[in-house]
Amino acid sequence: MSKTTRSEMAPWPLVMLIAAPLPLGLLDGAAIYWPQAPAVALCYAVSLLCLLLRGLTRTPRTEAALLFLGVASACLSPFLLLADGVDPSSGAGTWMYLFGASLLLWRVLALLAEETGLLRWLGPTLFGLGLLMGWEIITRGFAVPSVLLPPPSSILAAIPTHGGELWDDFCQTVLKSVVRGYLIGCGAGFVVAVLADRLPFLARGLLPLGNLASAIPVVGIAPVMVMWFGFDWQSKAAVIVIMTFFPMLINTLAGLATAEKIQLDLMRSYGAGYGKTLWLLRLPCALPFLFNGLKINSTLALIGAIVAEFFGTPVVGMGFRISTEVARMNLDVVWATITVAAVTGSALYGGLALAERRLTAWHPSFRKR
Amino acid sequence: MQAPLPPVPPPQTVPPAAIARTIVDARNVTLTYQTADKPVYALSDVSLKINKGDFISLIGPSGCGKTTLMRTIADLEQPTSGEIIVNGMTPEAARLKRAYGYVFQAPALYPWRSVERNVTLPLEIMGMPAAERQQRARDHLEMVGLAGFEKKFPWQLSGGMQQRVSIARALAFEPDLLLMDEPFGALDEITRDHLNLQLTRLWLQTQKTCIFVTHSIAEAVFLSTRIVVMSPRPGKILDVIDCEQHLPRERTLDIRETPEFAHIAQRVREGLMEGHSYDD
Ligand SMILES: Nc1ncnc2c1ncn2[C@@H]1O[C@H](COP(=O)(O)OP(=O)(O)OP(=O)(O)O)[C@@H](O)[C@H]1O
Ligand SMILES: [Mg+2]
Repeated sequence: MSKTTRSEMAPWPLVMLIAAPLPLGLLDGAAIYWPQAPAVALCYAVSLLCLLLRGLTRTPRTEAALLFLGVASACLSPFLLLADGVDPSSGAGTWMYLFGASLLLWRVLALLAEETGLLRWLGPTLFGLGLLMGWEIITRGFAVPSVLLPPPSSILAAIPTHGGELWDDFCQTVLKSVVRGYLIGCGAGFVVAVLADRLPFLARGLLPLGNLASAIPVVGIAPVMVMWFGFDWQSKAAVIVIMTFFPMLINTLAGLATAEKIQLDLMRSYGAGYGKTLWLLRLPCALPFLFNGLKINSTLALIGAIVAEFFGTPVVGMGFRISTEVARMNLDVVWATITVAAVTGSALYGGLALAERRLTAWHPSFRKR
Repeated sequence: MQAPLPPVPPPQTVPPAAIARTIVDARNVTLTYQTADKPVYALSDVSLKINKGDFISLIGPSGCGKTTLMRTIADLEQPTSGEIIVNGMTPEAARLKRAYGYVFQAPALYPWRSVERNVTLPLEIMGMPAAERQQRARDHLEMVGLAGFEKKFPWQLSGGMQQRVSIARALAFEPDLLLMDEPFGALDEITRDHLNLQLTRLWLQTQKTCIFVTHSIAEAVFLSTRIVVMSPRPGKILDVIDCEQHLPRERTLDIRETPEFAHIAQRVREGLMEGHSYDD
């Protein structure tokens, strides 16, 4: 019955079949074919079988599970070859097989797109894992030098081995510099915006200055701040304050101007004063803008702290780590640090986006009846 | 020209509040909006006295300045010349004393507040305790036929329902002066009748003063003690029709069938037609 609701699959994953007569790679200078690598051939058989049997599945979910098995066994094959000492980089058969498998993954994602509830996250997760797998297979399959780009597995392995350093860097850069600079910068931007809203001359004076300040490059301001405030977190926080102050100011000012005339008239007719109008009407109206400022600033703050650490820091911090380990060719530590920074930035942004959804569920962009 | 009304039986009861106290006194109010291209003359030499307990309807062609007059009384616009006295004070002082409950032509609800919290908004500003606020909101929402919608959000309601929320919000506030700008414009006939009836009852019960804008002659006659007929822009008062002389204070829907009702309605219509120039 649910078969009718399922879209037909395009035949593209069948390009896998082209792989059958092609070589898998080189072993000691000689090309090898499927019969010489029985384990890989078994994977290939599993993938093809999954493709054949998909007609028997009854729901999109079971079809997705079956096809995913086909994708997974395809992903396994290059690692089996590498373990046997085969160099797959010139093995057209291997790459054709993998190309077909990635088209198959496409189909799996399309099938999962309709899912709701917790399974709704399965599609995006598989997509992310697919990208990582592609990265892993390409870097290892073509033996990309790890100085250029290490495979994700060795980055992941570097995280526990350098756990202590990474944690210290995290404390220094995120917990000290970013959190404090971000809170001060956003807080000051907000407070000054509320003041400037009351005192129009302040707004007129500050806004052109804001454009000027947002044009200042971090690399220009960071060394100056290090000279003023020293090597420790204070100079990083200062850089962040400078970077985040104006975006917050401008967004808050724009947000405070969004209350409609009729809504303001209502407050006026109730004899509500400035403070009550601000709290009960204008700030709620400004919330979408406030969150916009906070989200922009969460990424700016992290970038600011890391870049500022390039210009002097105590011997700890993400920016410091990246600059020194690059010089020592320890690229896996560099990448591990980049990973920590990316995860931190996404977590900050995601947390703010979630809070925004909760607090501004009424806004037309989130509304659901 | 005012068609003299034929004699009608004298009103059964003269209201005891014969010592009428003036609550709104507008003297020679003129208002000109300064717009980019040319000034808009919205009100011209409007003088009007409204007594406590009156129910005044403003009727007149679209764009004649009814909303403007109400906004001026409520201190939302400043007259270019002339003055208005409300309760012996300037409109501003009256506004700060929370004398006004204004139902705007659009619902003007706050989308981040539930229906109930929209109704409690003015009460919150007044500083009323939470439990009492909630009770009042529920009572008034029930009165406008929205019991059970307390937790909904304004954007989940139809336009007419939103307008009823805004009426409940103004009523719950229990202001001295209730200003309503076409509050029932978006409602169907039956709901409108129902709310008209509710409104006269409430008005009779609470002895509040109401100023009401409508385009419906029948509604104006049914609700009002006096009907103010206005001319097209610049808004002038053409005629003030006293309904209390001919209709009882306490009204039911069937008075609409009486000859007195028809006479007053006819007079309002004549006043409106007099103001209209169809030849341009
Ligand atoms: N803020 C304003 N600026 C300029 N002109 C205005 C403004 N508000 C109203 N007007 C003009 O004043 C005149 C009277 O407007 P008003 O809103 O009082 O009319 P109204 O009698 O309430 O009409 P309707 O029955 O259509 O609601 C209109 O011609 C309008 O164009
Ligand atoms: Mg109007």
